[in-house]
Amino acid sequence: MTTLLICLPLGAALVIWALPLNRVSAGSLAVLAALAEVGVWIQMLARFHFSRGGLQFAGHRNWFRDLHVSYHVGVYAFSVWLVGLTVVVMAACIAYAFWAGRDRTRAYFGLMLFLDAAIVGVFVAQDLLLFYAFFEAMLIPLYVLVGVWGGPGRIAATLKFVIYTMAGSLLMLAAVIVYGLQKGTFDLTTIGTSGSNWLFLGFAAAFAIKAPLFPLHGWLPDAYRESPPEVAAVLSGIVSKAATYGFLRIAIVKFPGPTHDLRTPILVLAAIGLVYGSLLAFRAPDLRGVVAYSSLAQMGLITFGVFAVNDLGLNGAVLQMVNHGLISATLFLLAGMVERRTTTGELTRIGGLARGRPALATMLMTTGIIALAVPLSSAFAGEFLILAGVFRRGWGWAAVGAVAIVLAAMYMLRLISAVLHRETGPSVTDAALDLRPAELGVTVPLVACLLALSAWPAAISGHSFAHHISTRSGWTSYGPMKSP
Amino acid sequence: MIHRPHVDWFALAPVNALLAVAGLALLTAVLVPRPARRTTAAALCALGYAVAFGFAVALYARSAHGHGVVANAFRRDRFAELAQMIVAGAGLLATGISLRERMRDDHVGEYYALLAAAGAGMAFFVGANNLMTLFLSLEWLSLSLYILCAIDRDLLGGLEAGLKYLIVGGFGSAVLLFGSALVYGESGHLDLAGIASANRPHDALLLFGLAMIISGLGFKSSSAPFHMWTPDVYEGAPTPVTAFMAAATKTVALVVMLRVLRTAFPQEAHLWTVAVAVIAVASLTIGNLAALVQQNVKRMLAYSSISHAGFMLIAIAANSALGGRALLYYLVPYAAMSLGSFAVVAARERELGVPVTFDNLAGFGWERPVLGVAMWTFMLGFAGFPLTGGFIGKFYVFSAAYKHGYTWLVIVGVVATLVSLYYYLGVVRAMFMRRTEDLQLAPIGGSPPRDSLLQSAVVVCLAVTVGSFFVVQPMIDLARHAANALAF
Repeated sequence: MTTLLICLPLGAALVIWALPLNRVSAGSLAVLAALAEVGVWIQMLARFHFSRGGLQFAGHRNWFRDLHVSYHVGVYAFSVWLVGLTVVVMAACIAYAFWAGRDRTRAYFGLMLFLDAAIVGVFVAQDLLLFYAFFEAMLIPLYVLVGVWGGPGRIAATLKFVIYTMAGSLLMLAAVIVYGLQKGTFDLTTIGTSGSNWLFLGFAAAFAIKAPLFPLHGWLPDAYRESPPEVAAVLSGIVSKAATYGFLRIAIVKFPGPTHDLRTPILVLAAIGLVYGSLLAFRAPDLRGVVAYSSLAQMGLITFGVFAVNDLGLNGAVLQMVNHGLISATLFLLAGMVERRTTTGELTRIGGLARGRPALATMLMTTGIIALAVPLSSAFAGEFLILAGVFRRGWGWAAVGAVAIVLAAMYMLRLISAVLHRETGPSVTDAALDLRPAELGVTVPLVACLLALSAWPAAISGHSFAHHISTRSGWTSYGPMKSP
Repeated sequence: MIHRPHVDWFALAPVNALLAVAGLALLTAVLVPRPARRTTAAALCALGYAVAFGFAVALYARSAHGHGVVANAFRRDRFAELAQMIVAGAGLLATGISLRERMRDDHVGEYYALLAAAGAGMAFFVGANNLMTLFLSLEWLSLSLYILCAIDRDLLGGLEAGLKYLIVGGFGSAVLLFGSALVYGESGHLDLAGIASANRPHDALLLFGLAMIISGLGFKSSSAPFHMWTPDVYEGAPTPVTAFMAAATKTVALVVMLRVLRTAFPQEAHLWTVAVAVIAVASLTIGNLAALVQQNVKRMLAYSSISHAGFMLIAIAANSALGGRALLYYLVPYAAMSLGSFAVVAARERELGVPVTFDNLAGFGWERPVLGVAMWTFMLGFAGFPLTGGFIGKFYVFSAAYKHGYTWLVIVGVVATLVSLYYYLGVVRAMFMRRTEDLQLAPIGGSPPRDSLLQSAVVVCLAVTVGSFFVVQPMIDLARHAANALAF
């Protein structure tokens, strides 16, 4: 079933590339494939034994034996949620792209589906080299999606994005090779832990750039601004989660010693990113800038949770990954919808969009309110768990986190008021309609997921680590994980 | 009276098949009427390569225990057969790419004859088991290639390319010959195993000879600092010839380098591993840095081939069975990617009638999607992205280097890969991300020439490039048996 999750979008992509479909049939095929993917995931969720934990739906085939590399996939409880996030957000983004109409349709949808497969692959790969292959494979469609369908500054943005990411990835490749050959296997479920700081840094560099963590976020503003909105949604919503997933699955599990030694510097970077990102988001002149920098801040927060390395922090981190994925995807899609109506995202030129556009106002308001973590929202639950977790590492971290939540309220409220309220901006005309049914069809499911999670955040936070993340993990040095 | 050795004709079958078609293709120049000459000669050449490939496969299957044949002048082992398969495959594809090359009709017979002859030389070169046959077959393949570079008299730069290649290549051959003479003079043996058994490990002349042999083979594999001819020749030669040289010549030069070093100089391994590693670093550095600033795509690919020589030399420097496997594995997707990318360049060249630069590649990906996607894949493969054999190849090479203790070489390779991204992705950028309308192109008019052979050759290369990512185990098994013939 895990393999099906990878092959289904890949197969659909090949069909779309190979057959001379017109734009409607190519688009609808893509949407159907993405929805089918969601269906498969729901099946998987329904059959997943959360009480048993461990690796489930595993598939294993030899790839090449002499270096002990295999095609090994499977899901843990927490990866189920990340896969779910991926398929849901991808479905929404593909549907939005279909509605918005992208030229060179077949190439576009094929690439989106390919990206879908690659991201799912990252979350289910249980072999280091396979993980690396999927991690890299994500970059191939992203490069083209941003570079071809992006805004005017797309070429520079893609170049920066690719060079940054590949610099990290290649360090990771070196680390993968050294680590795997030292241990004699590349299988993540059986590979032992390592105490090498260098290897840890190799992995951490790749993930820190992909996330991104301060000060490695140089590619972020351009890439998020220049991509088509749905690609930006994918980038910040799920691709960045591949990085924090990497921290969670590889960095802290396989390198307990270095995690312990280097925790303080990483937490410091995360804290700086958290505050700095929030401040930048507060000052950003445009809609996407706010969401982009808030993304930087949120990734810092999630890193807090991961590197707290205790059950509260990790549960919170997984919950917050899903939350932030849904929130930032929704916000980027909404930003795209606003830009479609006003041709600009500059906050000074838009405003007063709420008047006569109740659906848009409701969607943006709901998402924004959840994003600023008001009590009873799922983001509140996630951030609370993270802060509680990191509090155990030192009250100072929690204090920084709490400040950042205040800052989040500031930039989110500024965003909401600048778009929806105030006087009508010069770029807002009466011709700018409310959200169309199709647009609602894309955003409502995402917001509904957020509301459902707000009602029951424990669905994720209580069902992520039923047992140890892996049988030979390094958890014991941090105290055993608590079963829910 | 001279003792006449027993000749194992089967072992020489791939070579002889190619030589035979070379002769026949030459005859077409006089016997076949002009309109049919091109297709006849090309068909013969293709047939020769196909038969040679078949023989190589059969030989591979029946040469589990490698041994010397023809008075030990030639070695029949799986190492040679695998290299012959790559050469024959490359030659077959190069024939397909050549067919619609814009070239006058008056030398087509000679063109295909030389293409087959060069392949025959290569097929012999990879099995050469003493210094004499080594040099002879090197000259055999080089002479054919010198002429092939210059054969198209209408091609601007073709003659220059041929001349440059002749002079620099001749110098390289001379260095190799001098080195061989020194080694022979010191060890008293011509055959490779004999040199090893002479066992004079720290003799200055022998080491000098060894260094010269490495340099001579370095010229042929276009590794820095012996690469000076490469960009000019690759740029000036007819593109199908360039494709063949990039894929096949490099393959045989590297394969032979591994064989010679491994068989003849095992006692000096501690020296030549370092020397080869240094050459690898030089190639990676020079190839990548110079490629960054190229505007002409063929020149860029030439520098990229220099940097790939560097990657594959890392595998040789590892001096292990894993390194041998890495080299032989890497050569397959590398040959496919080189042939494929030069074929795409050839297609664009035929469309525009001018040398292909990054500028006039604009919009090509959308105009000819199959070629565009193929080129994209080749570039990703060169850059070592997953879903291509280039990724696994790099992984193997780095693994071999790490296992040998060359962690620093892994780091150099990783940095080189990062630098290379700029220009490989530059091709993708040029093909897909710029609009044709932005540029002043001067197409020669009409729709692009129909060229189904070239297109199929590109598709085959694409299939090999992508397929080698998925079917790694069978290919590694092939490579392992081949590398084991060298007694690691």
